[in-house]
Amino acid sequence: MAEINETAVEEKVSLGIELKTLAKRNLRDYMMYIVLVAIVIFFSVVTGGKFITAGNITNLFNQAAYVAVLAIGMTLILILRQIDLSVGYVAGFSGAVAAILLTNNNWPVFVVIPLVLLIGLCIGMYQGILVTRVGVPAFVTTLAGMFIFRGLLGVITSKSGTIVIKNEAFNTLNNGFIPDIPIFDGIHFMTILIGIIAVILVVFTQIRARKNKERYNFRVVSLPIFVTMLVLVSVVIMVIVTVLAKWRGIPWSAVIVAAILLGYNFLLNKTKLGRYIYGIGGNDQAAELSGVNVKNVMLFAFCSMGVLASLAGILYSSRLQSATPQAGAAFEMDAIASSYIGGVAVSGGVGKVTNTIIGTLVIMSLTNGMNLMGVDTFMQYVVKGIIFILAVAFDVRTRKNN
Amino acid sequence: MSDFILQMKNITKTFPGVRALDNVNFDVKRGEIHCLVGENGAGKSTLMKVLSGVYGYGTYDGDIVYNGEVQHFKGIADSEEKGIGIIYQELALIPELSVYENIFFGHEIMNGKVIDWNETIRRSGEVLKKVRLDIDPSAKVKNFGVGTQQLIEIAKALSKNVKLLILDEPTASLNEDDSQNLLEIIRELKEQGVTCIMISHKLKEVTAIADTITVLRDGATICSMDVTAGKIDENEIIRNMVGREITNIYPERENKNIGDVIFEIKDWTAYDPRKGREILHHVNINVRKGEIVGLQGLMGAGRTELALSIFGNTPGYRITEGEICLEGKSLQIKNPRQSISDGIAYVSEDRKGNGLILIQDIKYNNTIANLQELVQGVVINENEEIKVANYYKDSINIKAPSIEQKVGNLSGGNQQKVQLAKWMFVHPKILILDEPTRGIDVGAKYEIYSLMNRLVEEGMSIIMISSELSEVLGMSDRLYVMSEGTITGELTREEATEEKVMALAIKSE
Repeated sequence: MAEINETAVEEKVSLGIELKTLAKRNLRDYMMYIVLVAIVIFFSVVTGGKFITAGNITNLFNQAAYVAVLAIGMTLILILRQIDLSVGYVAGFSGAVAAILLTNNNWPVFVVIPLVLLIGLCIGMYQGILVTRVGVPAFVTTLAGMFIFRGLLGVITSKSGTIVIKNEAFNTLNNGFIPDIPIFDGIHFMTILIGIIAVILVVFTQIRARKNKERYNFRVVSLPIFVTMLVLVSVVIMVIVTVLAKWRGIPWSAVIVAAILLGYNFLLNKTKLGRYIYGIGGNDQAAELSGVNVKNVMLFAFCSMGVLASLAGILYSSRLQSATPQAGAAFEMDAIASSYIGGVAVSGGVGKVTNTIIGTLVIMSLTNGMNLMGVDTFMQYVVKGIIFILAVAFDVRTRKNN
Repeated sequence: MSDFILQMKNITKTFPGVRALDNVNFDVKRGEIHCLVGENGAGKSTLMKVLSGVYGYGTYDGDIVYNGEVQHFKGIADSEEKGIGIIYQELALIPELSVYENIFFGHEIMNGKVIDWNETIRRSGEVLKKVRLDIDPSAKVKNFGVGTQQLIEIAKALSKNVKLLILDEPTASLNEDDSQNLLEIIRELKEQGVTCIMISHKLKEVTAIADTITVLRDGATICSMDVTAGKIDENEIIRNMVGREITNIYPERENKNIGDVIFEIKDWTAYDPRKGREILHHVNINVRKGEIVGLQGLMGAGRTELALSIFGNTPGYRITEGEICLEGKSLQIKNPRQSISDGIAYVSEDRKGNGLILIQDIKYNNTIANLQELVQGVVINENEEIKVANYYKDSINIKAPSIEQKVGNLSGGNQQKVQLAKWMFVHPKILILDEPTRGIDVGAKYEIYSLMNRLVEEGMSIIMISSELSEVLGMSDRLYVMSEGTITGELTREEATEEKVMALAIKSE
């Protein structure tokens, strides 16, 4: 095992070399951004600009919300080297339960949503207990879950068929926009405001993190690169926000996904539980001998997956303003692919929810763009499958080389 | 010359940084039982791997002359073809397959393109008879105990028409009856003309069965003793096995300050249902404050099982009796979590498998066992964490560019230091070190010894498990010797000599 020479790191290197080593070290992450940008450019060109209109970007966010929510939960599961195949039909089932309670029983929305999330929690706990306490492998447990919840979805929707949801508040979740403070005409002021706040927050936290690192004499990127990165991120945020502001503003779905993303990012990076998840994924035996309650951490991940699956179901039925007996089919495929494209290691122990979101955007941009082009749904699966396997193959190779 | 079935001449085998075999000569007469003895790491298994082709021709220097011809084995298949069969300590049978399927696995009896099962079953019956097993060949292997499985392995070797059978510690996991039976069968095979090489730590067995005994030490042949000429004294074998100069230097402890007994294990007994026997029998040990207690024994003596069970980790076996007391209080330890919070830490012998999370960095590994100390509310105080990791990095001299270095990229010695840092941060009262210097270089070893001295000076108590004799003698204030799950002796630093320890380590009931 080679040890890196201490002096080599301290050496002042030229900008060019630094860029090169940076690119090498973060090849995996950068590749993902490049692919996303390439996809966006490709579809923008072939659809004659239709892809990057404010309407379509809003549409993309709304389409992607339920996948993003599933993928965030799936990231935890996959870091732990487990899998959950049942999430699609758990989502479908949950959406149908919500629709029935709202439409047939006329229950108020603020009762229905917590109740459905509670059902998701119970489902996750049931599967988590099977995996951690009974010892049934996750693949089998959740494959059985797929059967069960696909069946239950059919059972509860068999009489009515598709259930149309008329509850306005519920439908706003994945169709509506955040309210505005009408100051300027033709521009969504609130959206611009949020964009500016976001940029300030990003710049502030990045500078603080850099200062902290410098204080401990850690390696930091050189100032020009740091500034370029900050400017780039700020520009991207402001461009998206401006485009949205000229139309109807930020959709609620984006706000919900952002909140969950921030929450899970905090959990994984700042809490004991997050540490333990990475530790168990990296070496469960070592984690156990370090005093980690491996079974309970896994149980937590399955419970969280159950809740998020139900939330995804709520978002999906809100978007369609209805619940159908077919809802949930192949959701798990998009969720798992998003996580892996986003850089979760197939061998476990590595992964970030922030990157998973990029993976979701890759997958859903492909879906959205190909829909605009009128590509057949089945052909879409073929294309997504190819991108997915290329991403994972690339990931496996780059990890080996490191 | 023709009465030698095998002559290994000037065999030298090196691994990166280690010379495992150094000009070893090893001659085996046709039709004899030849025992190979030596300490752990003396090179016995390596020599047998060279012979069987696991380390193929070209990876070693020297010649293997078998049946009068120089052999160039490229793999196990080549040596098997010439009639050399090897049976490892870990059985290589497939539990879910039947006995006859196992016996002919890999060299199936064919009738045209398909397997001739009837002939397979008939021939299995024949070879089973040779090892005096009266069992149903169609029963699954998993239904039989270790002793029977060992015999099935031998039957498997015989089915390949083996002329030279190598057994690597065949009785290590057997009880007394099964061991006797096995030795009896080895004698019968000898009558039938099969030559046998047996590696064993049990000198009583060795002197009873061997025609010739060869002793290896530090990768070199020390002597070959002809037993047929007259009874060999066990002590003479032991002298040949150990008699090494202590080359390592152990740092002196400046102020020994050994207090009262603070940790006691009483009547500690563990039962392993898979082996169908007890793996720890009424173990009694105690440790004083500020003391380094050595726990010596050969591989398989039960040292790691003892340590892990104290630490609340008993995979596959269970504690049937016994008590742990720390500072006069009886502990109820059910899992490592409890053990850690009670003040016991265990540094694993298998740092890559059980100790460290290799894909994470030094900082992560340093704090994972005691994050509680860094948590404010629910958030981990990362600045505090950096301070802790940097403190240990400097304090015990972990050589790495920064604490953000992935542990998988460090050298063995530095990985071991990270493990120590991790458990020091837990602030234990009792630190159990399992093979603390295995696979690390001399310089790092010295640093780890110095660190151990520093920790006991500060009032910690250390239990050091090691199979390296000189290390145990050089570092321990007092030591226990284990064999077959039993404490066979307790020696003070002054009493302990290599011969005494080795005699206790190979003592069997």
